[in-house]
Amino acid sequence: MEPQENNKNAAVAKLREWDAQVVTEVLEFRGETTVVVPKQHLQRAADYLRSEPSLGFSFLSDITVLDRFPLEPRFEVNYHLLSPERKQRLRLKVRVAGTDAVVPTVTGIWPTANWHERENFDMFGIRFDGHPNLTRILMPDEWEGYPLRKDYPVEGYR
Amino acid sequence: MSSTIQTAAGPAQPMVLNMGPQHPSTHGVLRVILELDGEIVLKAQPVIGYLHTGIEKSCESKTYSQAITLTDRIDYLAPLSNNLCYCLAAEKLIGLEVPKRAQYIRVLLTELTRIASHLVWLGTHAIDLGAMSVFLYSFREREEIMKIFEYVSGQRMMTSYFRIGGLALEPPPGWLDRVRRVIDAMPGHVDEYEDLLTKNRIWMGRTQGVGILSAADVIAMGASGPMMRGSGINYDTRKAFPYSSYDEFDFNIPVQTAGDCYARYQVRVAEIRESIKIVRQAMEKVPPQGPFRAEAPGIIPPSREEMKTSIEGLIYHFKIFTEGFAPPPGEVYQAIESPRGELGVFMASDGSAKPYRVKFRTPSFVNLQSLPKLCEGRLIADVVACIGTTDIVLGEVDR
Repeated sequence: MEPQENNKNAAVAKLREWDAQVVTEVLEFRGETTVVVPKQHLQRAADYLRSEPSLGFSFLSDITVLDRFPLEPRFEVNYHLLSPERKQRLRLKVRVAGTDAVVPTVTGIWPTANWHERENFDMFGIRFDGHPNLTRILMPDEWEGYPLRKDYPVEGYR
Repeated sequence: MSSTIQTAAGPAQPMVLNMGPQHPSTHGVLRVILELDGEIVLKAQPVIGYLHTGIEKSCESKTYSQAITLTDRIDYLAPLSNNLCYCLAAEKLIGLEVPKRAQYIRVLLTELTRIASHLVWLGTHAIDLGAMSVFLYSFREREEIMKIFEYVSGQRMMTSYFRIGGLALEPPPGWLDRVRRVIDAMPGHVDEYEDLLTKNRIWMGRTQGVGILSAADVIAMGASGPMMRGSGINYDTRKAFPYSSYDEFDFNIPVQTAGDCYARYQVRVAEIRESIKIVRQAMEKVPPQGPFRAEAPGIIPPSREEMKTSIEGLIYHFKIFTEGFAPPPGEVYQAIESPRGELGVFMASDGSAKPYRVKFRTPSFVNLQSLPKLCEGRLIADVVACIGTTDIVLGEVDR
């Protein structure tokens, strides 16, 4: 596991070297690296990680939101990146306040983000700024509320 | 590509046609809104969510062990793959090492799952395109695999056989003989399917050059599994990030470069053969005796014997089944290669006995996103081939 560990940290080091502003915090847990990125730098950082040949995070596995209600900033948007050639994973994390739940879209960088962002909009009510078609995807269009938020009851409102 | 036909009412408009949600070739409740010019698909827009059951929300109100039963119901054609991914994620979160014997049994059963799942895909894909007999044969063999699952876990489909730290039960005596009987017959059966399809002119006509996805599109759209390997990308989670001792097994990753339905057919058939190889190796590796779950008091329930004879055993039993166990706070992402592609579980703990968040990154959901790319500009009959070749399970798409 060691060499992979070093490689991942190399990705973080590269990101830092490119622009120290985009890395607010680096978290390590169970051999997984998470880079916390400020919201305003997300698109730039994502584009760099994808297009920089020595990193090659061309594949976006998943976007997942965590609701830390009642803490603030309430939401954490996690981007699970994969570099198929280098066999590395990296998680980007963006912290978003509940009062301003807007994140810039990454659909321009990874087109697969389209449905992932729609799902997170549907389930958490986070708006992805610049998304081409931000509508509900799993719930009916007229549904009220965002089911996976922590203040939404498990059995629903009715 | 709009039509130039003039009618009495003016130029012809594209027709909008709803395919599904009740349509046999959509493999469940998928709805595709097709915009047609005659028989040519101008635009295809999948509409999903008809089978959304809120599994991720339900997981948050169950203990870590209770939620395993929900994972069976995500991809109901490969329940053991889901069990495995969920358990691996929980084990990673806890930091638990699973005994080798349990790991090999897990590999053996998940590869049987892959064969069973590919057999369902092969049968239904073929019947969609008019080759009826393959369905009858492939379901015959699938049933034999289902009987193994029933013998080992007590259930044909909703197995819940993999538990956090190992397996639910000691496999019954003689189970490996049953596996051997099925697996010895399997290569001959795969030859039979190939006799029916691989050089069949109609089959080739319906699948070759249909639903082409380039390697660049695969990466951009996040497609994984046979969708990826059918387009020339040599990537498999079992090789890239080996889990459950896959690094000790010798197998190849079938890759085709054409990127059409026929290439994905070839990849999946070759994967059945590779899975047979892995099952054979696993049968050799599984020791006849040994622990089938880890030693971790407070996390793994004690044996029945221990529970009845020791006071610690009784306390642990009581605590595990009433309040569960609490992993340390943290977040993990665990990916495995399910029959359909990269199945991922993102699990977050807040230090309590219930998962704070469980997210299933399901391959069907992501692969379905490339459906418009597969079928736009082609005939309406090709849509059926394109849906079949993405191998979606709607339970997994909608969760």
